Amino acid sequence: MWRNPKTWLFLACLLPLARLVGLGLGHGLGANPIEFVTRSLGTWTLSFLLVTLAVTPLRRLTGQGHWLRYRRMLGLFAFFYGVLHLTTYLWLDQFFDWPDILKDITKRPFITAGMTAFLLLVPLAATSNDRAVRALKRNWSRLHKLVYPAAVLAVLHYWWLVKRDITQPAVYAAVLAVLLGLRLVWWWRKRAGAPATRLSAG
Amino acid sequence: MATESTPRILPTEITPESVYERRREFLKGSLALALYAALPAQAALPAWKKTAWGRDESPNTWEEVTTYNNFYEFGTGKDDPAKNAGSLRTRPWTVSVEGACLKPRTWDIDALTKAFPLEERIYRMRCVEGWSMVIPWLGFPLGELLKQAQPTGRAKYVEFASLYDPKQMPGQRWPVLDWPYAEGLRLDEAMHPLTLLSVGIYGRELPNQNGAPIRLVVPWKYGFKSAKSIVRIRLVEKPPATAWNRAAPGEYGFYSNVNPEVDHPRWSQARERRIGEFFKRKTLMFNGYGDQVASLYTGMDLRRYF
Repeated sequence: MWRNPKTWLFLACLLPLARLVGLGLGHGLGANPIEFVTRSLGTWTLSFLLVTLAVTPLRRLTGQGHWLRYRRMLGLFAFFYGVLHLTTYLWLDQFFDWPDILKDITKRPFITAGMTAFLLLVPLAATSNDRAVRALKRNWSRLHKLVYPAAVLAVLHYWWLVKRDITQPAVYAAVLAVLLGLRLVWWWRKRAGAPATRLSAG
Repeated sequence: MATESTPRILPTEITPESVYERRREFLKGSLALALYAALPAQAALPAWKKTAWGRDESPNTWEEVTTYNNFYEFGTGKDDPAKNAGSLRTRPWTVSVEGACLKPRTWDIDALTKAFPLEERIYRMRCVEGWSMVIPWLGFPLGELLKQAQPTGRAKYVEFASLYDPKQMPGQRWPVLDWPYAEGLRLDEAMHPLTLLSVGIYGRELPNQNGAPIRLVVPWKYGFKSAKSIVRIRLVEKPPATAWNRAAPGEYGFYSNVNPEVDHPRWSQARERRIGEFFKRKTLMFNGYGDQVASLYTGMDLRRYF
């Protein structure tokens, strides 16, 4: 088990959560702990989304297929942190006041964007098991292209929330632009050039 | 990011919630006040008198008030001001009172605190971002200073300018806002007895991150209206341009009165999180100071003049 790099990756992916728990126990979350936790879980969701989206470019640029083995776990961790982030909002920010939450989702573009991004991730998480991959066949990769709009909406969600200093969301946006831009370039080349090698979409 | 660590709590030390709630009240109120009273008195501030303002409130802790700040001159993170404001030099410091008045004057900060008797007032502070605190300020009514300057008939508004010095205020090296920070009030708002020029909190001189050595406190308006580290107060005829209004006119109006019914375009203003509390509270009209200030806005459409 300890020889498997996936074990180590799994533990590493839990570090952001462990850090929050540690800070919480040590009263290290600052004067507004709920805001701190919500923000931290949000930016980690976004980070995991971007890391997941980096797998395919990494595979193509390095020519090494083994990166693909980690993609599912990374994607599921993005969803995991997304669930925690959403939970802090529903519970600690809104206290499950559903009429207010509904109003918030429809009235506030940044909440609308965040919620939509989350909803787009739900079917992806649900079809992440081998059985679903086999059952959906080609449709699986089609379905999982939803991660692109989800990531764009997640960045927008962050961008629209920030009061004035957009440095941080801009960094995420730039990384996302590179990751999506590479795919666009490859797609364009494939379309323009000879369809010699068919690579699965990712 | 706060990294302060405290000793681990033993299970035997865990208090029942009902007691805990009272403990919090006790801690935040009496203990906090007792603690600061026990701090060595600083010679720089003359004696002050206590007032009835906010006696029924539980002030936030010194720690909360001095580590969770919006002061973009020192960075846009909440903990940046506490980390970076050490570079601000608050002596010598002058504040000029100028413009449409008969007696303009440049005040030395220490002369100012001697000329105007200081009082302590505990005010609620509501940030436009949706959180709030209770802070025991030390200061004097701005109106007293303005009266001494003798505003002329042309004086309709008051403009406040904060210090501009990127060497002392590293955040000013980036154009996050149009520096220097500028704020403004209508003359009657500025003359209102609630409007304070503050030089201290918790019986001590203002820490740099809280706007030292002198700042405005307008408790019925969102926090950003209360300009920090003020160097110039000018009586003017036209509504002065203000920093946040210039940055995003659709989001931050000139008045910016606390108003639960008028949402920020991007988030609700109906509720707020009082720092230190778990549940959110309802935001009160004029931050609960309606009895004192509502008459300033009689007949005004507060949705239009937000």
